[in-house]
Amino acid sequence: MSTETHISDGTPVLELRGLCKSFGGLQATRNVTLRIMPGDRKAVIGPNGAGKTTLFNLITGIYPVTSGQVLLFGQDVTSWPSHKRTSLGMARTFQITHLFPKLSILDNVLLAIQGLRKSKFVMWRFQSSYRDVYEKAYGLLDQAGFLDRKDTEVRNLSHGEQRQLEIVLGLASDPKILLLDEPAAGLSSGESVEMAKFLMKLDPALAILLIEHDMDVVFDVASEISVLHFGEILETGTPQQIHSSAKVQEIYLGTG
Amino acid sequence: MVSQQVKIGMVIIGLALLAFVIPQSGSFVILLATRALAFAILAMSVDLLLGFTGLSSMGQAAYFGVGAYLTAVLATKFGIGMGWDFWLVVVMGILLGAALAAVFGLFAIRASGVYFLMITLALGQCVWGLAYRWNSVTGGDNGINMTGRPNFGIDLTNDVNFFYLVYAFFVVSLLLLYILVRSPFGKSLAGIRERELRMQILGYNTWLHKYIAFIIAGGFGGLAGVLWAQTNGHVSPENVVLTTSVDALLMVVLGGSGTLVGAAIGTGIVFGLREFLSTIVPWWQYVLGAVYVLTILYLPMGLMGIPAWIRQRRSQRKSEESKKLASKPS
Repeated sequence: MSTETHISDGTPVLELRGLCKSFGGLQATRNVTLRIMPGDRKAVIGPNGAGKTTLFNLITGIYPVTSGQVLLFGQDVTSWPSHKRTSLGMARTFQITHLFPKLSILDNVLLAIQGLRKSKFVMWRFQSSYRDVYEKAYGLLDQAGFLDRKDTEVRNLSHGEQRQLEIVLGLASDPKILLLDEPAAGLSSGESVEMAKFLMKLDPALAILLIEHDMDVVFDVASEISVLHFGEILETGTPQQIHSSAKVQEIYLGTG
Repeated sequence: MVSQQVKIGMVIIGLALLAFVIPQSGSFVILLATRALAFAILAMSVDLLLGFTGLSSMGQAAYFGVGAYLTAVLATKFGIGMGWDFWLVVVMGILLGAALAAVFGLFAIRASGVYFLMITLALGQCVWGLAYRWNSVTGGDNGINMTGRPNFGIDLTNDVNFFYLVYAFFVVSLLLLYILVRSPFGKSLAGIRERELRMQILGYNTWLHKYIAFIIAGGFGGLAGVLWAQTNGHVSPENVVLTTSVDALLMVVLGGSGTLVGAAIGTGIVFGLREFLSTIVPWWQYVLGAVYVLTILYLPMGLMGIPAWIRQRRSQRKSEESKKLASKPS
């Protein structure tokens, strides 16, 4: 896949221009610039505390930026609240599982589907009367292999299953770009191989920006990797280039 | 698990029994039940916030109070609401409660957790201060005495007639709130209670959802206030004071939050216990206090959680027995 063909497609799905964020004296994000075209699979790696999750929180609007711009589909969304950015076609998952622990698997997915529908404000009709929402939920659960356990409370699922459900919730809104915050966090090596397979099966038109610690997942899924160090992008390249870069080895892989 | 249909059936049977048994009892019991039903509407509005949205409101008496004062002031100063226009007062009470919640919500909904509790408490106390100090309108500490009840073909001065009216309001409120919490909007409230950040990322404007729920709860609070004023024929700052808000909150916790019916059961038990205990012992408040403390410590799901608790105990005992059997040498 060459990047040139994507650029001719027009506007990037997500573009960051000179993004900066300071918490008091700490500069968590320094001048980050990034372009993601439709169908791109990009990853951001970096040691702990490099500012990876902060970057996601800036993109999704959880933190206000100190300076710089966030553009979604060519539109400047820098000052938009999270829910409005989501409605443009962006979804994310969380590093620490952010599900609805006391609700059933089905209810979790229903909430995720309903999020971008006008019917979320309807208060005079039972949820159960929305056949189309239910059918879509069953479809998603069937794909992910949760259908037979749809009434189980989410807190009773294993960690690996909860990580998968995170992604199912992300996909429920039919996003055009999916931000994955360490999808393999806390998974065993067998489980993270499963996760990588799961991610590679996703719709090729879907753009994915991935933050990951697990090198195997990153090298399998991403076609381009950026290395973040102290909030700054040090280097960008193909997995092979990053793997062999001396600078990256020094700060990140630590094998010198 | 008891299926949803069985639960609904039990509630319907309970309501039917109530409608049948109460009017057969003495006038004291009828009045007590009427007061409890009016107050139960307030408790259910608290449950909408506490149990379904995860907001512990400490100021729900404010909406109850404005409903009650509106009724009393209109009746005594303007002679409005003693005939057919009683229905007009009901609508006005609901709208006034909702409007006040819409104003207070602008301040309160920005906060969450204990800060939300403090802000609603403070705003509630503002309304109490107004009721207490604004002598020319509210009658200050003395409150307002009303004479008689509305009569629009059906004479509400008859306690049985009035019981049926309040009962009907209670049943309709329960039904409306039940539909609400099972609607897509109600489910979104549960999502906010469980994980607000995720809801924002899923595309929900969580502030707006909480704000709407807060206004709806205020409307039901106003309705409860109108009915309360007509039940007692007397309105005083005591109806608006912090204790009334706390009472409503504790009734919900006692009955079981997030169940609606639990709020009503909690209200009934507290009203009953209060009357019953106060005739037996002068220190009845301590008994009520102990009931609250024990419930919170040992039944965090409230009285509605008892069936689930028994089921859990049974399955535990069974698994222990099977373990014993397994460990016995054969």
